[in-house]
Amino acid sequence: MSALQLVFLIPLLGAVGIALSGKWPNLRESVTITTAVLLFGTVLQLLDPVLAGERPELVLFEILPGLNIAFKVEPLGMLFGLIASGLWIVNSVYSIGYMRGNDEKNQTRFYVCFALSIAAALAIAFAGNLLTLFLFYEALTLITYPLVTHAGTDKARAGGRTYLAILIGTSILFLLPAVIYVWHVAGTTDFTAGGILPAGMDSGAVSVLLALFMFGIGKAALMPFHRWLPAAMVAPTPVSALLHAVAVVKAGVFSVVKVIVYVFGLDTLAGATDWLVAISGFTIVAASIVALHADNLKRRLAYSTVSQLSYIVLAAALIAPLSIVGAALHIATHAFAKITLFFTAGAIYTAAHKTEVSQLNGIGKRMPWTMAAFTIGALSLIGVPPLAGFVSKWFILMSAAEGGHFLAIAVLVISTLLNAAYFLPIIHAAFFKPLSDEDEHHPHGEAPLPMVLALLTTAAGTIALFFFSTPLLRLVQPLAAS
Amino acid sequence: MSSIAAHLPALQVVLPLISAPLAVLLRHGGFAFVIVTAGAWAAFAAAIGLWLQTGETGTISYHIGSWAPPWGIEYRVDRLASFVLLLVSGTAAIVLPYSRASIEREIPRDLHYLYYAMFSLCLAGLLGITITGDAFNIFVFMEISSLSAYVLIALGRDRRALAASFRYLIMGTIGATFIVIGIGFLYLMTGTLNLVDMAERLRGVESSRPVLAALAFITVGVSLKLALFPLHQWLPNAYTYAPSAVTAFLAATATKVSVYVLIRFWFSVFGETLVFEKLPLPQILLLLSLAAMFAASFTAIFQDNLKRLFAYSSVGQIGYITLGMSFDSVNGLDAAILHLFNHGITKAAIFLLIGGMVIGLAKPGAVLPEPTFDRLAGLARRMPLTCFGIVIAGLSLIGVPGTAGFVSKWYLILAAMEKGQFWIVGAILLSSLLAVVYVWRFVEVAYFKPAPEGASKQEAPLSMLIPAWILVIATIWFGLDTSFTVGTATEAALQLVKVGR
Repeated sequence: MSALQLVFLIPLLGAVGIALSGKWPNLRESVTITTAVLLFGTVLQLLDPVLAGERPELVLFEILPGLNIAFKVEPLGMLFGLIASGLWIVNSVYSIGYMRGNDEKNQTRFYVCFALSIAAALAIAFAGNLLTLFLFYEALTLITYPLVTHAGTDKARAGGRTYLAILIGTSILFLLPAVIYVWHVAGTTDFTAGGILPAGMDSGAVSVLLALFMFGIGKAALMPFHRWLPAAMVAPTPVSALLHAVAVVKAGVFSVVKVIVYVFGLDTLAGATDWLVAISGFTIVAASIVALHADNLKRRLAYSTVSQLSYIVLAAALIAPLSIVGAALHIATHAFAKITLFFTAGAIYTAAHKTEVSQLNGIGKRMPWTMAAFTIGALSLIGVPPLAGFVSKWFILMSAAEGGHFLAIAVLVISTLLNAAYFLPIIHAAFFKPLSDEDEHHPHGEAPLPMVLALLTTAAGTIALFFFSTPLLRLVQPLAAS
Repeated sequence: MSSIAAHLPALQVVLPLISAPLAVLLRHGGFAFVIVTAGAWAAFAAAIGLWLQTGETGTISYHIGSWAPPWGIEYRVDRLASFVLLLVSGTAAIVLPYSRASIEREIPRDLHYLYYAMFSLCLAGLLGITITGDAFNIFVFMEISSLSAYVLIALGRDRRALAASFRYLIMGTIGATFIVIGIGFLYLMTGTLNLVDMAERLRGVESSRPVLAALAFITVGVSLKLALFPLHQWLPNAYTYAPSAVTAFLAATATKVSVYVLIRFWFSVFGETLVFEKLPLPQILLLLSLAAMFAASFTAIFQDNLKRLFAYSSVGQIGYITLGMSFDSVNGLDAAILHLFNHGITKAAIFLLIGGMVIGLAKPGAVLPEPTFDRLAGLARRMPLTCFGIVIAGLSLIGVPGTAGFVSKWYLILAAMEKGQFWIVGAILLSSLLAVVYVWRFVEVAYFKPAPEGASKQEAPLSMLIPAWILVIATIWFGLDTSFTVGTATEAALQLVKVGR
């Protein structure tokens, strides 16, 4: 059995195993962790062939005449697959601490849906054509719905409603016709380096098609279709951390980059993406401003995610080889930094039952490890060296400068300042402001050990990615060539 | 064996037709069940045989009593007919075993034999309409199926079932009268009742007034039967108050066979040149389809009774089928035929599940409650399998990829794009979102509202769950492996649409 088959089989079997072992929590969590480790190991096996220039393929069956459910591993998908499966291990450790620490209900359903979500995310990562990508894109929306509405409260239901309405709505209204239109004009939906659209396609049609894709991929949270992401924050924090900072949203921007590189091709798009630069630039700045005013920590992080996702869209919209590399790198660097930040938000909630930024005065003294990790994640997002975020931002800035995109440069500079403005006060308050009188009487320490371990791991990863960015670059380099 | 294979077209209709009087003669629910179910399964086997035969040797022409057409009655099975025969007999084969537990609570025991007899007659009628190549025969079989359907609906325990059945009877009779008038005109002009013969003789007199009148009468008459908006008024009540098994069977077959009749008359008899080029019929059909897709789906959102909600959804979904027809292209007709099948199995699954749900909701011995939304609160905890089945079938109604509904929508959108009609693409997609709303209304009530105090886990009986879930799995199966559905529908569409006309 090929590694690619195992990649899908392992999480599915894992989900079955979790469901069967639901009555014995320790066994159930062991199944989750084992599945995650096995899965990462299997995904890792694909890395060497991909680095060597191979493109492992798997054709499952024909769903419509000429259209297969097919998978093909290329560098971008490899990167996304490694991130999603690798961080799932850390996130599973974290989940154990969080779910038990907060006495959440229906934990078996939670872990089952989580495993299935990862399977869907990997299917998106390795999708060989648009139809396969669309199939699992919708599957990921539906399978994460029970996770978003996990609490079952009215608030969760309302959040779930926004979540579904926007994600299903945009994908049916815009993405589906875009996929069918590509099939209609190109006669194929296979991802091919250099694009598949017929030469000499009307530039107006290309622009409309691009717009359908960009807004149809609602998971990329381009404004005005970003509201589902803050709405999804009603979910338990591990969901926000892995899915709504990594797997789901990265599936969105990954699809954006994938479509631009492998469906349109950079040459086809020359001159057709100015509006996309403007929209993504607007999203970056506007979302940062909203984040600045959000007092709820998870909401602030969510809007920060909206803003950071548009970095990737912006980079892709610059359609220069270097900017595509920057976009791919930013998928990785933002993943590590943002999951760290969500982990810390969950740790603060579990240990101190605090959700608002204004409650965090002096918390650094009680949760030094957690807040140190928070600092690392925040600084990485601002783009401070020696942290991962600096690398990807550098690439994006370089290509913007090379192409003379002054708008893009201005957006990047402004947003860096805004990032600093909404993160630094939290760090300052946590470490340098005194605890409030009320807090003095409610002592607490760090969150449970699994959570602290997890957030320290990802924080360390954020640093490591800066120093060891060469392997990463080697992986995504072929994107620039294609 | 080979002699049986040669007579499959006759057996297809005769088997269920004989089991009906046998059921009446025996006057015993249990025996009637066995005989009628056996008849339906045999009919299903015959349909599979015919499907295989048409795949190998092409269209089958069977002469009843060995009288050669156009004098004798011809049974004619092309790819489309074999596909519809499979849908009708397959649905009956699944619904009948389900019936036993279902009607136990819904129909007085001394009437059970009548239920099976009428079911069998209805099945025979629908199969007859599909298989016959004779215009008057279509009318006769249509009456058989309709009259038995009126009885089946009236068997519902709710007194409103009588009114619903009566209304259907009035509308259905008007439709049937129109059809027979139309057929009369055609006979007048051509002197033949054989459809193939008739089609040939119509060439040259297509534009004459009686032929146009015949087209008008037949189109309106059949449109009544297939519940084309705004001639759908009989449908919501009939579906809501009929016994559950009857609703499921009729929803999957009766309107679908009527669609088949319209396709048959338009494409095989009158011809595309007359219907689609000389007359504004495609435009009218397009507008009515769009109206159905929006108005009926929108009405569905506000229904309080789950059965009625999905009944209105049916009217909307029929709009997709007729929309596909209106394009007059291979992909368009392909979409119509596919959706006829895909929507048939999806809706049958939903109504079967609702039937089980109603029984699970009822207190022992009490009258069955209506599945209104206030009774569905927290139902997912009490009936997880039933609710999850409805969610999956609901996804197929929306057209989520991986379900059967997606496949038909794909072809429908492709057909609209081929015509360059991008605003219709937008309309199809927008109306799909209405389906999201009404399906999710159920999801939110069943999964998020707290269940009433003291409600225990109470699934429907297995003999009802299993048939329903066979259909639920079929909606996923035909969303992933489409070689059977798309293959057959495309062959059928190619036979009907004259390529490059």
